[in-house]
Amino acid sequence: MSPRVGVVTFPGSLDDRDAQRAIRLAGAEPVALWHGTTDLSKVDAVVLPGGFSYGDYLRAGAIARFSPIMTSIIDAANDGMPVFGICNGFQVLCESHLLPGALTRNDHLHFICRDQKLRIENTTSAFTSGFAANQEIVIPLKNGEGSYIADERTLDELEATGRIIARYIDGNPNGSRRDIAGITNEAGNVVGLMPHPEHAVEAGFGPSLDGLTFFTSVLSRLVNT
Amino acid sequence: MARVVVDVMLKSEILDPQGKAVERAADRLGYSTIASVRQGKRFELQVDGPVDDAALASIHELAESLLANTVIEDFTVRVEDN
Repeated sequence: MSPRVGVVTFPGSLDDRDAQRAIRLAGAEPVALWHGTTDLSKVDAVVLPGGFSYGDYLRAGAIARFSPIMTSIIDAANDGMPVFGICNGFQVLCESHLLPGALTRNDHLHFICRDQKLRIENTTSAFTSGFAANQEIVIPLKNGEGSYIADERTLDELEATGRIIARYIDGNPNGSRRDIAGITNEAGNVVGLMPHPEHAVEAGFGPSLDGLTFFTSVLSRLVNT
Repeated sequence: MARVVVDVMLKSEILDPQGKAVERAADRLGYSTIASVRQGKRFELQVDGPVDDAALASIHELAESLLANTVIEDFTVRVEDN
């Protein structure tokens, strides 16, 4: 039986279906999860998709963080379940304090949508283990509040412990500190990424197939445990 | 009914691009003495019952957990006179 990977739909989620498709193309079974319940439907991992949960009211991810499903996800993540937050999902993970820091308005104030080059700098997390060290990839980026911020001490610690999973290269699109595009928690099971790997998983759609590796990485971890 | 106001502002060391945009617009409109603008959020809470220490403590908790993200924002709580 292939591993079951849940995708949460919040009011205002946009990329939940694309995330489900990426999971299916990676060889796992996508399971739709609803924000209003605490039931994780026995999934082995969870993806928090991109979009504008609760209209980005208050702060991006701030209301979603208190939805019923997040209570279960926070508990499961603390018990080691792999959780991947993409874009708005990354914002939800920071608001939940599963990841340190915060994501704020792009320094130039514009929403940005383009293909973005990244360097993968961590190949041990649940969602990046399939990459080669320092592999360069291109996947779509689309956000208005993607500027990653944390205090200097936290940034130093992220660097020192190899928890920056991906950095923007050939230009920082949003003012993120130290060109950070994604980070992981200490245990490596919770990963947040601002650009969108789920839009680069199938030939003919998107700039590459580089995004698929995030999903096959977690699949191989689940199959091997 | 008492009113409690929670003001939330980005911490001073955090870049406020929205405030900067407003600042530039003010300058364009000729308000040359405005040296800088910071933009924040104001929450007005109508409170049932007395605003005693317990009520203020609970509002403080709400502000810290929901209204503000203390990684990037500071907040103040004050009771408004009717």
